Amino acid sequence: MTLHIDMSEETFGSILAKAFRNTAFVAGFAITLLILAMAVVSYAWTPYDVTKLVISDKTQAPSLAHWFGTDHFGRDILSMVMVGARNSIAVALVAVGIGMGVGVPLGAFAAARGGLVDEALMRLNDLVFAFPALLSAIMITAIFGPGAINAIIAIGIFNIPVFARVARAGALAIWPREFILAARAAGKSSTQISIEHVLPNIATLLLVQGTIQFALGILAEAGLSYLGLGAQPPMPSWGRMLFDAQTRMVVAPWMAIFPGMAIVVAVLGLNLLGDGIADILDPKSRRQR
Amino acid sequence: MTAYLLKRLAIALATLLLASMVVFAVLEILPGDPARLMLGLNASADQVELLRNQMGLNAPLAWRYLHWAGGLLSLDFGRSYTYSVPVIDLVRERLAVSLPLALIALALSTIIAIPVGLFSASRRGRAGDTISMGAAQLGVAVPNFWFALMLIYVFAVWLRLVPAGGFSGWSAGIWPALKSLLLPAVALALPQAAILARVTRSALIEVLNEDYIRTARAKGLPYRAVLWRHALRNAMIPVLTILGLQFAFLLAGTIIIENVFYLPGLGRLVFQAITQRDLIVVESVVMLLVAAVIAVNLLVDLSYAVVDPRLRSRQ
Repeated sequence: MTLHIDMSEETFGSILAKAFRNTAFVAGFAITLLILAMAVVSYAWTPYDVTKLVISDKTQAPSLAHWFGTDHFGRDILSMVMVGARNSIAVALVAVGIGMGVGVPLGAFAAARGGLVDEALMRLNDLVFAFPALLSAIMITAIFGPGAINAIIAIGIFNIPVFARVARAGALAIWPREFILAARAAGKSSTQISIEHVLPNIATLLLVQGTIQFALGILAEAGLSYLGLGAQPPMPSWGRMLFDAQTRMVVAPWMAIFPGMAIVVAVLGLNLLGDGIADILDPKSRRQR
Repeated sequence: MTAYLLKRLAIALATLLLASMVVFAVLEILPGDPARLMLGLNASADQVELLRNQMGLNAPLAWRYLHWAGGLLSLDFGRSYTYSVPVIDLVRERLAVSLPLALIALALSTIIAIPVGLFSASRRGRAGDTISMGAAQLGVAVPNFWFALMLIYVFAVWLRLVPAGGFSGWSAGIWPALKSLLLPAVALALPQAAILARVTRSALIEVLNEDYIRTARAKGLPYRAVLWRHALRNAMIPVLTILGLQFAFLLAGTIIIENVFYLPGLGRLVFQAITQRDLIVVESVVMLLVAAVIAVNLLVDLSYAVVDPRLRSRQ
């Protein structure tokens, strides 16, 4: 049995209605959907084959045949941007999963136990935060070798303390409430209470943080790929495309412009979505607008 | 107050100690023998063994850790495997590029962000707020290295105002050196400024809802005075926190940005050292960066006490 005393009186329908009046949410949702669709469609169809090199078509400016132009191997940039979306989404999404999967239980546990356990876990958090995330990600990928999997692990590790912190702060605000006391009186263990009562109440916070970390993950993955530590060729990735573009900027600026815009649009969409969700579900932030 | 300071200091030192153990342990499990790497593939096992002994690689683990950590404290970082010069010399040389770069970027980001945040918060919900926060939203989404590429294209390739990369060194004059740091600093600063502007705005909005702001307005103080003297000071704590965190971002950000602009800085040094398995350089630079992050966060904690007198009087 789950107690829902803390849940607001709002129905799903009224939240949905509110969502579609929220500009940030609608824009963010549409953009995120577009990027996701691009990645999904790329499995079935792309304008051109991204593995086929057509040297006679190299560094062509954007045209009707190649909307985003072609790269130094004659590959279609639009097709590469579409396939690259897969890589960015997969890496960032799994990294968020790692962060949530490990961080949220840790944070919830720290809040439930308090005292020395809490102190120890938070100091451990401080330790991880002392390492600039990108520097450590570079070290991890350099040690275990470049590649998408190691990029996921490197980014995922740094999501852990972020989610631990958010989950702990959220849980600490829930624990003094009456319905927790009621659950305790009913003889539930602190683990049970954490799962059944605390987690549902901090789900919104985690969702918002999740979209932020998703966006940051896309940026981090692009950075690692740019340095040659992410997904390896011939698998196209947005960061790698920018690396290839750098030395050819004078002759083919479109090689740099379009993959970069793809990153900006994807990150912007996710951030807007996060802002929108926070706005809709948290009346306090609403008032501040 | 003293108890607060002592606790923060103790935590900072403990974090530093733990961090040094982590860095040492990670590089210890790293595959590859530095002695073998230095001598090349043709060296005999005996030669490698001899060099291992000379480099102290055969000593017990704990002894090597203490030796290394002790060396760090006395700024003796050892010798680089690839450059064959003391690491401290390399660090000093590279720091002369990275530190000014990070500081200029931090200054730029603060100079842009605080006024934008103030402007936005004081015009909440109006067109000016919407436009500047829209711009900030966009700024947060721009990867700094892509922004750097666009800056190079416009200002170096197209307008030819600044060099597209490289660094002439400070000895060639301050102006040319600053000129080559300008684009990298702008590229680093913009996304940070966007984040900082958003934080400043929301912290200010929270403060502007407080009763004492209404009181200050009610007693007839002009809005501008209330904004600058009462609101901004009270909104400083979240702003300072983010500034501290951004320092870590800027340090790490220099790794990518220095690679984009071919700047001989600390970030490029550590990146090259990682790919060349020059462990002693990696260890030293990573520890230096971690120490800098911890020190800055400690400074931020201390500055809370300066900004917020309530923290000073609290026992």
